[in-house]
Amino acid sequence: MSIKVRIPTPLQKLTKDKADVLAEARDIRELIENLEKNFPGIKSRLCDEKGGLRRFINIYVNEEDIRFLNLDKTLLKDGDEVSIIPAIAGGAK
Amino acid sequence: MNLRDDQIERYSRQIILPNVGGKGQEKLLKAKVLIIGAGGLGSPCALYLASAGIGRIGIVDSDAVELNNLQRQILHATKDVGRPKVESAKERLCAINTDIEIIPYKLRLTSENILDIIKEYNIIVDGSDNFPTRYLVNDACVFSKKPLSHGGIFRFDGQAITIIPGVSACYRCLFPEPPPPGLVPSCQEAGILGAVAGVIGTIQANEVLKYILGVGNLLAGKLLVFNALDSSFRQVKVPRDSKCPICSENPTITKLIDYEEFCQLRRKESNEA
Repeated sequence: MSIKVRIPTPLQKLTKDKADVLAEARDIRELIENLEKNFPGIKSRLCDEKGGLRRFINIYVNEEDIRFLNLDKTLLKDGDEVSIIPAIAGGAK
Repeated sequence: MNLRDDQIERYSRQIILPNVGGKGQEKLLKAKVLIIGAGGLGSPCALYLASAGIGRIGIVDSDAVELNNLQRQILHATKDVGRPKVESAKERLCAINTDIEIIPYKLRLTSENILDIIKEYNIIVDGSDNFPTRYLVNDACVFSKKPLSHGGIFRFDGQAITIIPGVSACYRCLFPEPPPPGLVPSCQEAGILGAVAGVIGTIQANEVLKYILGVGNLLAGKLLVFNALDSSFRQVKVPRDSKCPICSENPTITKLIDYEEFCQLRRKESNEA
């Protein structure tokens, strides 16, 4: 099952500047593993040492934050769009 | 409050809007808005709010204008290089609208001064450039129950959310903690296109105007995500987090935090807001 994943600017170095990539996964855990296989290094940007999602990056399935769904066990279905959205701070300087 | 003839003329194009009218204009003239940061986001936001006749605008910034600011910080001009940003901001805004009051605050916000400053205002606009300030502003607005328009930019990405404390999600419901130093590139390393700041800063001005006028739907409980490269706007849902460290029923954060001391990235840069 092919899921479209939107990659935020700060992580696009890892995806060779691609803003959208495709991943094969039935849930978010598989999606992260699949991304890591294709774009080594991305998992550690998303997850901490214990494997939990970092507290300044969110993952959305369509419009919903997986923290309010079933975290990394959130199921994916064909046509779902996954967005990775980090906190960004720029503004004044 | 009766609008003068020159005010009716100046604001005529918004007074004729069915949702504004003379009453709406009076609300704007009575409103007090604090803008944090006279930079990429604060500039467009302040220009539109001043032009719309927000009666009192406070502007917080500790920096002086630098030549490399002018590419996106459209409040300031070449002649202002070296001047405090709040000074050139005040001069520019007063030149546009003689009808309003501009209060400059040339300082860095800290846990010591922020509550005193924001208490004078109806709504706060965060256009700051660093995580310590953003979390300080969120927390202070939650404690003081002040509405907050949050905007952030990074390269070609922009984000905006409006926070109504006690009603909609706060910034910590969205991102519970700031990233540790070093994990996120600084603005100087990252670069920014001026127009991206213009888009997000203008959205923040629009949120403030809607809040004061009481019209439309705010970006409350919704994060707006803008990408400049494909000109896309998307919204994701941001529910209130029942485990939010600050705005839930059992908060773990009960006083303001100055994150600066942890933030080596900031220390390496100039020590300015």
